[in-house]
Amino acid sequence: MTLPQLQELKEIEDKARRDLAAAPNEPAFESWRITYLGRRSRLNAILRGLASLPLEERRQVGAAANRLKSELEELLSQRQVQLHEAAVTAVVEKGRLDVTLPGRPLAIGRLHPVTQVLRDILAAFVSMGFQVFEGPEVEWDYYNFEAVRIPKDHPARDMWDTLWIDYERNGEYPMLLRTHTSPMQIRVMEQMQPPVRIVSPGKCYRHEATDPTHEWMHTQVEGLAVDEDISMADLKGTLYEFARRLFGRERRVRFRCDYFPFVEPGADMSIDCPMCKGEGCRSCGDSGWIEILGAGMVHPEVLANVGYDAERYTGFAFGLGVERVAMLRHGIEDIRLFYANDLRFLQQF
Amino acid sequence: MRVPTKWLREYVDISISAPELARRLTMAGTEVDAIITTGRDWEKISVGQVVDVSPHPNADRLRLTTVDVGGEQMTVVCGAPNVATGQKVAFARVGAELIDGHTGRPAILKAAKIRGVESAGMVCSEKELGLSDYHEGILVLPDDAPAGMPLSQYMGDTILDLDITPNRPDCLSVLGIAREVAALTGGTVREPPVDYKETGRPIKERAKVEIADRDLCSRYCAALIEGVQIGPSPPWMQERLLAAGVRPISNVVDITNYVMLEVGQPLHAFDFSLISDHKIIVRRARPGEVLVTLDGTERPLNNDTLVIADTKEAVAVAGLMGGAASEVTDSTTTILLESANFNPTSIRRASTALKLRTDASARFEKGLSPELAMVGVRRAVRLMLELAGGRAAEGIIDVYPGKQRQTRITVTQDRLRRVLGLQLPSSQVRQRLMSLGFGCRWVPPDRYVVRVPYWRTDVRIPDDVAEELARIIGYDELPTTALSGGIPPAQPQPSRELREKAKDILASAGMQEVITYTLTNLESLAKALPPEELNKRPPLRVANPMSQQQEYLRTTLRSSLLETLASNLRHRQGRIALFEGARVYLPRPEDLPEEVESLAGVVTGDQPDRWGQPKGEPVDLYDAKAYLDFLFDHLGLTATYHDSEDFALVPGRTAEVRLDGQSVGLVGQVHPGVAAAFDIEQDVYLFEVNLEALVPHVGRPRVHQPLSRFPTVEEDIAIIVDEGVTAAEVQAIIESFPLVQRAVLFDIYRGSPVPAGKKSLAYSIAYQSPKHTLSDTEVNRERRRILERLKGQIGAVLRS
Repeated sequence: MTLPQLQELKEIEDKARRDLAAAPNEPAFESWRITYLGRRSRLNAILRGLASLPLEERRQVGAAANRLKSELEELLSQRQVQLHEAAVTAVVEKGRLDVTLPGRPLAIGRLHPVTQVLRDILAAFVSMGFQVFEGPEVEWDYYNFEAVRIPKDHPARDMWDTLWIDYERNGEYPMLLRTHTSPMQIRVMEQMQPPVRIVSPGKCYRHEATDPTHEWMHTQVEGLAVDEDISMADLKGTLYEFARRLFGRERRVRFRCDYFPFVEPGADMSIDCPMCKGEGCRSCGDSGWIEILGAGMVHPEVLANVGYDAERYTGFAFGLGVERVAMLRHGIEDIRLFYANDLRFLQQF
Repeated sequence: MRVPTKWLREYVDISISAPELARRLTMAGTEVDAIITTGRDWEKISVGQVVDVSPHPNADRLRLTTVDVGGEQMTVVCGAPNVATGQKVAFARVGAELIDGHTGRPAILKAAKIRGVESAGMVCSEKELGLSDYHEGILVLPDDAPAGMPLSQYMGDTILDLDITPNRPDCLSVLGIAREVAALTGGTVREPPVDYKETGRPIKERAKVEIADRDLCSRYCAALIEGVQIGPSPPWMQERLLAAGVRPISNVVDITNYVMLEVGQPLHAFDFSLISDHKIIVRRARPGEVLVTLDGTERPLNNDTLVIADTKEAVAVAGLMGGAASEVTDSTTTILLESANFNPTSIRRASTALKLRTDASARFEKGLSPELAMVGVRRAVRLMLELAGGRAAEGIIDVYPGKQRQTRITVTQDRLRRVLGLQLPSSQVRQRLMSLGFGCRWVPPDRYVVRVPYWRTDVRIPDDVAEELARIIGYDELPTTALSGGIPPAQPQPSRELREKAKDILASAGMQEVITYTLTNLESLAKALPPEELNKRPPLRVANPMSQQQEYLRTTLRSSLLETLASNLRHRQGRIALFEGARVYLPRPEDLPEEVESLAGVVTGDQPDRWGQPKGEPVDLYDAKAYLDFLFDHLGLTATYHDSEDFALVPGRTAEVRLDGQSVGLVGQVHPGVAAAFDIEQDVYLFEVNLEALVPHVGRPRVHQPLSRFPTVEEDIAIIVDEGVTAAEVQAIIESFPLVQRAVLFDIYRGSPVPAGKKSLAYSIAYQSPKHTLSDTEVNRERRRILERLKGQIGAVLRS
């Protein structure tokens, strides 16, 4: 004969299963839990009544009641998970987005390509211990020419066509728009004692007609390192490292003899043409090499002009054109684009 | 400098290819711009002989020219004034590639009817053949040129086009290049012969030379050749001159040009019979003196200019150009040959003053050795006797006030090591230097005495010797090291650093950086600056501007920014926001201008919608301010804005920007009249910041405010104030209360029920105490006090 409690447990189980299947949401689950598993539930009443039952019945009913309790708890949690998954599925189905739509537009500002390239150039040197130090664009003839060994009537002045300021003194124009950043060699050395290690960027000016490779306003970076034991080998090492940082580790670099009045020995540095990889093309004039900077050991007379002991100190200097580097890097074939400031150009970088 | 390799081989053997030769020269400092192979493009061009020249039936200036091309006769229309029967010419058949005489570009010759007459080809000029720019007449070949021979076979050559640096006048000669080639290839130089027989009377009995201004002429050599026969120079010489880019004229003139190209010494030949009293005087020009030069130009001379004169008058501008009056002509029989050395500075000044540059002046101004003068004159006399006949007078007049000892340089081993970073063995030092013609003696224990050959006027100090060694060894052979040694102390440049930081901030806020020209014109500045400003501080002018558009150094960034904006508006819609961080140049008396780091921005156009398209809502003053707020916030600064006025801005829409009460900039709407002057038809907003004025305010670290543990109480109030009351005033009053943690304006309302002439401002106020949780009573009391003060100070009433 079946015990009445076992009969009741069976009824509870059937009813609880039906009710749970019908419960649609979390509040319904909660009231279901109170009804079937709460303190006042019939199941709980049976469990509480166990103590008064004879031992054999207590064992049978207790086992069945406890099994039912854990079954119901398990059922509830299964059902909760089920419902949650259904809800998530519903949300996902309803809320599908076209992820290829553009993001809400933020205004995107850019630095001028010359600024961007200049920053990279300076960063390469700064990481080698050079400091950035700027100077005036309107200069005295003395700094731009005389002090860097380009006296008046020197044929080397032909290398720099000059824009003079309309200010006469003793029948001459002593003031000019600097034609290169080399006057900064003098200004820097006048202000500091060795060791010197600076890069000086800035605008320079030439009296020349513009064409795809010439612009009357342009940006240069001057470099100067002076100390007790600096040689051509240091010049080569520093500039070699610079070229590879800026143009890539695989670049080949070439130094050749060149002439600038303020250095001796004088040099220029070329990299193998990035367009043709040194094979020779239109960009490099079929030579496979592209000259990117002029350099050399600071001429002892330049050191003497600023009062340095030219026996004790040696140094190197270099100058490079920023636009030229930017043109190489971005494949720009007309230098005039930089200062035309057409947004269709500027916003490509 | 064009160096034909056929000619070069006369002085040095070349066992390497032209490209390899070019590479070695380039690496050693003589840059080869181009290797020109003449003749490569001369397919279908042959030597021809003109057999008939007759008038064109329909044109006065054209002639029908019949050319025999090795048995075949062709008739072409020719417009050259110098074509004549019997000439040997370069004849191009239809299909040949020629340089177009007008465009300078290569073009294929086509058959054409010229004024009704069929032309079967062309008689070529030097320019059409790519030999030179000469296009005034056809190229006339030497008489012995074989008609019918392909032109490339007759005169093709490989020519090195060299870029000679100003320190190396010795390389402006084929012999100079031969010396470089010898040093770079291990070859030996064969000097051209300079000896000859002197069979005439001594020159000393017949001519005199006096150097009156010895500071400007360090040497004057003169030789005399009588009985010369003027005529064309021989084909080999003409061919070499042409290949080097010089047009043959006559044997005597060609020889002077040839020797200049060969050894580098400029020469001049006078017709001796036209020199008064047979006396040459080297002196400064006299006041008002005038000379007609060989090119037919009358040249007024200033008294710094050195002239060659006879006892009567100037006969040449020294080192630049001879005079027409003493020119060698077909009837000349006796020649006085000048080979001199002039002061480089004097030559350069004369060249500048006369706006005349010649092959001679280009050499003299770079500083030739006076020793070269004797080499040049002897070489030329030898060639004259050989090619123009005649007898050389015995001896050469040699006035040599500027003779100097050979340059000797003591170079220590240590100096070489310190400059080159390399310890060279003494045997290598000696061998390399001797290959360049230097003498080198090792003086134990540690130095060399180097004797510099006369032609190397550029080598003066030990480091020059170091360069000679380095360039012949090859720069690529020198070691490569990283800098060692100390890193110098920092040299801060705050305004530069601030400029760069500000550029980053504005770009990150969505503005585009532009870099505009620093030279502008007065009209452009006057559009954006008040007249009194331009009068008070007139911008610096360039004395030799390239154009009137770029004549003045800008004193403001405004004009160029507005111009840049205008040019972009032509092809662009929507919001445009541009800025520039650059210098303006404020003149100072008797000094360099003050270069002030400035920052300016312009913004215009429509706000973008969700898709980035213009929304139909134009930007306004507060968009311009937003950039400044963003900038100042990133710089850790709090700016205040105050009503202001400016020539270029709309009154009532212009604010001065201040930091701690000090003016640092300006923001406002560009006056529509000003905008229109820049061709801008829409509203534009502009800001300017004086970065130098900003510098003292930046860089102070922000002080940390501890977070209160106690909750904030937030509530909104709306007050009604007069239109004239500014938001900043209200804000300042509210925030002056100690329990107000912050106040945020969130609405402005005008219209019913707010009375006319008034506005409602709504603030969200957060109250907080650092010490305890605020009670309702405390908040109510604070609010009451705020309202009282607002009422008392600005007549505000609570909007209910």
